[in-house]
Amino acid sequence: MTKRISQLSIFVNNAPGSLAAIATILKDCGINMKTCNLAESNEFGILRAIVDEPSASVEKLRAKGVIVKETEILGVKIANAPGSLIRPTGILGEAGINIEYGYAFTGKNVEGVFMKVDDPDKAVEVLSAAGLEFIDDKEI
Amino acid sequence: MWDPRIETMPYEQIKQMQYKQLKKLVNNLYSFNQFYHDRMRAANVSPLDINSLEDIQKLPFMYKQDLRDNYPDKMFTADKSEIVRYHMSSGTSGKPTCVAYTRNDLDYWTEALARSLTAAGLTSDDTLQVAYGYGLFTGGLGLHYGAERIGATVLPAGTGNTQRQLEMMQDLGCTAIACTPSYLTHLMTTAKQMGIDWKRDMNLKKAILGAEPWTESMRAKFEESMGIKCIDIYGTSEQAGPMFCECEAQHGPHIWPDIMLVEILDPKTGEVLEPGNKGELVCTMLKKEAMPMIRYKMKDITSYNVEPCECGRTTPRLSRITGRSDDMLIIRGINVFPSQIEYTLMRIPQVGDQYMINVTREGDLDRLVVQVEIKPEAFSDKMEDMIALRATIEASLKRYLNIAAEVELKAPGELPRFDGKAKRVNDTRVF
Repeated sequence: MTKRISQLSIFVNNAPGSLAAIATILKDCGINMKTCNLAESNEFGILRAIVDEPSASVEKLRAKGVIVKETEILGVKIANAPGSLIRPTGILGEAGINIEYGYAFTGKNVEGVFMKVDDPDKAVEVLSAAGLEFIDDKEI
Repeated sequence: MWDPRIETMPYEQIKQMQYKQLKKLVNNLYSFNQFYHDRMRAANVSPLDINSLEDIQKLPFMYKQDLRDNYPDKMFTADKSEIVRYHMSSGTSGKPTCVAYTRNDLDYWTEALARSLTAAGLTSDDTLQVAYGYGLFTGGLGLHYGAERIGATVLPAGTGNTQRQLEMMQDLGCTAIACTPSYLTHLMTTAKQMGIDWKRDMNLKKAILGAEPWTESMRAKFEESMGIKCIDIYGTSEQAGPMFCECEAQHGPHIWPDIMLVEILDPKTGEVLEPGNKGELVCTMLKKEAMPMIRYKMKDITSYNVEPCECGRTTPRLSRITGRSDDMLIIRGINVFPSQIEYTLMRIPQVGDQYMINVTREGDLDRLVVQVEIKPEAFSDKMEDMIALRATIEASLKRYLNIAAEVELKAPGELPRFDGKAKRVNDTRVF
């Protein structure tokens, strides 16, 4: 188990139809998004997605002129219940690790939260030590 | 009239006067100044070739680039001990230009404005609020001394602090203001927000407007809503500063022919056109000591009229500047060349090759939006990094242009591509 999840970040213009255009390219490339999240500013957005075969997908998307970046993030298993986010975030906070962004995930086999942190190695260490489990990309 | 001898001189006599001044100027520069001597030699012309006013056409042109290439002082023709002031303007590629004045240069500039303000109807009874920038920009100090010379009371308000400007205008009963047309619009809007009824609460009679292009429809709007008369003023730092105003007949700024000689060229053929024809403005400053300008290409498109004016003056009048023969933009009164923007962008490693410059007018203010395509490797999954990149580009533009520009980040391929000549400027303002 790698304890790391590969995420694609895609630059999207913040204008009507832009996301549809990206979605069409993803379809044409046969890429399935298992989960995604959208961050936006005035004129552009960042689509963050977890897909099958991320490295191959990046190649296919770049060939189509899409700005895309592969980033490693952590997936931490937590229950889909009130208060479950407190433990992992509290542990990271105490260890002085900053969470840059994150989003929740509820699948058929697994539930949890994806997070980009500023010190992933240390995060894995402290979260493992506290007995928390990581999401494996095969489970998504 | 401030100087009836010059202001009512018959046109034929004006031409004789200008010929004598030109001959003297060329003689002096050829004999005593290396820069101009070399220039004339290179163009194969000497003072002996100047035997009529038309012979000015034998002299080589000067360009803005000359001022940049010879920055700061290689073109000055007066000793340092004789120079009493500098003004500066920012230029293309971040390279500024510097202009210098002797005591006489300042005196003629002030004299030109004394005539101009008198022509505009100002007297020693007026209070002029000078709301042009004081400092490196020529507008503030120029108008300031011109108005003082005619005995008007000057309120050296400078730019900004709009509420206070309005309060002072009201408290002191200012009868005239000198500012940019866009600032006057801003004053009008702010006054409304403050509950000021312009026609009832203000004593303003005249606005001297310049430093950026404006239109007859703007004039009509100002005059109607504020109950004032709007006067166009022309002049750039190469000439000294703002110098030439319209008279109360408002038929274009009167040029003072003892100070400046005007030619209009066909922009395509370069041929000198007769008065009344529209073309590229070329100016020769006949009296300057520290920094002469001979056949300086202003790049403004206009025409001039030598018919005597209904005010009784015989001096030529410039018509409204209808455009530029280069691609310079005037945004909020500041000169901006697209090449400046390109130069700034191309030095930022994260920026790609494509960009677009959009200029709009929203309410009172010109808005400059620069869209840039970023390079794929500059992309980050963190919004914070992207916003920081945008801020970096905005800060660089601000530093080089002296004006705030908004930046929009675009994906590669998002902006238009051009096969032939690129049209990267989209200026939707109406002048």
